[in-house]
Amino acid sequence: MSESRKLTRRQVLKGTAAAGALGMLGNLEWIGQAWGASDKVKMGFVFVGPRDDYGYNQAHFEGKSAVAKLDWVKAFDEEKVPETIEVQKTMESMVKLDGAQVLFPTSFGYFDPHILKVAPQYPNIQFLHCGGLYQEGKHPKNVGSYFGYIDESQYVAGIVAGGMSKSGKLGFVAAKPIPQVLRNVNNYTLGARSIKPNTTVHVIFTGDWSLPVREAEATNSLVDQGIDVVTCHVDSPKVVITTCEKRGIFCTGYHCNQSKLAPKGYLTGAEWNWAKVYMDYAEMIRKGQQVPHLVRGGLKEGIVRVSEYNQVVTEAVRKQADAAKEKFMSGGMVVYKGPIKDNTGRVIIAAGKEHIQTDIWLESMDWLVEGVIGSTKS
Amino acid sequence: MEVGWWGVLIAVLGGAIRIGTPFLFVSLGECLTEKSGRINLGLEGTLVMGAMTGYAVSLHSGSPWLGVLCAGLAGMVLGALHSWLCGFQRVNDIAVGIAMMLFGTGLAFFLGKPYIQPSAPRLPSIDLGAWSEIPQLKAALQINALFLVGIVVAIALAWMLKNTAWGLKVRVVGESADAARALGLPVDRIRILSTAQGGFLAGIGGSYLSLYYPFNWSEGLSSGQGLMAVALVIFARWQPMGCLWVSLLWGGAAALGPSLQSVGITGGYYIFNAIPYIMTLAVMIITCSPRRTLVGVPHELTVTR
Repeated sequence: MSESRKLTRRQVLKGTAAAGALGMLGNLEWIGQAWGASDKVKMGFVFVGPRDDYGYNQAHFEGKSAVAKLDWVKAFDEEKVPETIEVQKTMESMVKLDGAQVLFPTSFGYFDPHILKVAPQYPNIQFLHCGGLYQEGKHPKNVGSYFGYIDESQYVAGIVAGGMSKSGKLGFVAAKPIPQVLRNVNNYTLGARSIKPNTTVHVIFTGDWSLPVREAEATNSLVDQGIDVVTCHVDSPKVVITTCEKRGIFCTGYHCNQSKLAPKGYLTGAEWNWAKVYMDYAEMIRKGQQVPHLVRGGLKEGIVRVSEYNQVVTEAVRKQADAAKEKFMSGGMVVYKGPIKDNTGRVIIAAGKEHIQTDIWLESMDWLVEGVIGSTKS
Repeated sequence: MEVGWWGVLIAVLGGAIRIGTPFLFVSLGECLTEKSGRINLGLEGTLVMGAMTGYAVSLHSGSPWLGVLCAGLAGMVLGALHSWLCGFQRVNDIAVGIAMMLFGTGLAFFLGKPYIQPSAPRLPSIDLGAWSEIPQLKAALQINALFLVGIVVAIALAWMLKNTAWGLKVRVVGESADAARALGLPVDRIRILSTAQGGFLAGIGGSYLSLYYPFNWSEGLSSGQGLMAVALVIFARWQPMGCLWVSLLWGGAAALGPSLQSVGITGGYYIFNAIPYIMTLAVMIITCSPRRTLVGVPHELTVTR
């Protein structure tokens, strides 16, 4: 028995030759595909986490899925790619093997040094990064960035939360006190206080992007303090949303629509709408246009949106929220209009001064607005 | 109803039970394994595998309790595999444990892909706080039957290790393999059985995470609970009842950080969140002594030999 299992050298050589021939066939097939389908726009997406996390990565994956439905687009993705040399390998293989014309590495940490290292080697390929790190003149010409003002949606969600709260106390489970998170907390608070000036927002920082047990604990202790609407800014809001539903309070979502997880309590939520961004890019590339280096936008541009209101949201609250949404849509909304104080009583924006949405000053936010109970100090 | 500062106490009480239960199961499993003279570092992988299995089975069968059982069985298989591998000559149980940890988590992530999105049936809870008028206390005392099972297992394990022939055999194998062999005890078989049972308990601990609290299957579900449980066993001095107290203490301490922020103690949350770890270190430092060895430590453990 054991004798017949032994491979002779001849057999090994034969096998190797066959495998080689197969491999070449595979290659030929690939070339054929690349040629045959050269009219398709090929887009590659890289995600740092799982595609279906009910959060940041799922929002991007939904955008990718939308663009992949177009028959003149070929979209491919890879999930759970760490922010290390791994992402460089992924990007290179998407260019070399899949023939990607444009890459969307969606995580913050992919930019420096990974995109900056790979991009110069492929000057004909576009590298579009999700985040605010790209700088004109400093970075390679085939690199660009896109991002959305999701805090606009948070402002509207804050109005809904404030309007529906009976106690006037809202809760916010946040990962880390970085500008992007603080901007969401402040917008949520300003939104709620725009209709009920006495509303407070308790913020709890968990310390990291994904800590399910601590997020559940934070939500529970907020509920114990009589808070009746909770939202969050963590990687995957699933735990916060399901815990709110279990404790029988309202919640508002983040990143993508979580209404399925909490049919009773999910009032609304701040969502990304990457489908819009990716469709626009695909269209530009198909027409052979130069892709812009910076794409920014909020509700008006359709890059972010607000989840459909739950049926329990009252007519009066809907009206107030829709009014604010309209104002954003028309471009006439300025959230950071003085006088604005922080929660220690310091005047941050003097009366008569205002900072519009695109103001770079807002991107270095390190304070919490009056009405927030919490501190950015660790 | 306003509870204010009492909220912290309620959160610590509730947290002790909510967060402590998975620690209780994993540390009991590790306690039994170490009593037989092996360290199973792979329990982190077992925990994650148990969480995934429990969630998947609960989703497909509609019965969360069947999920708990299958999670235990999955853990048992991983435990048996660990001790079988360790039974070979010159195989180091710590190295195998690390391999098993990576294997368990990797396998769970691979098989668990389709279960991140769907919502599985949740384990029911028991209202121990029905007597109370305070809704916050009621919520904190909503506990899961697994916690009660854990207490029973802890008591039973303590009694069995002390009073039964089986317990004596496990302890002899853990104290001195040579003596056990001289007595004609099947050392490897006893170790395989102990480690498999330990894996069973750790798997159940995992299913508690995914099926009750925080009730979610995702790849970030465990934040090292399986590894911490190994430290807890040392903290508990290899006593099953000690595992119970230590797990409760740990759960309560882990609840302190978020609850302090909710009452307005907003600074220093990184320190408060680290309290369980600081506490463990402090106890280790206070109780260690250069003049004597640890009380209760099985002498066959590779780290003490």
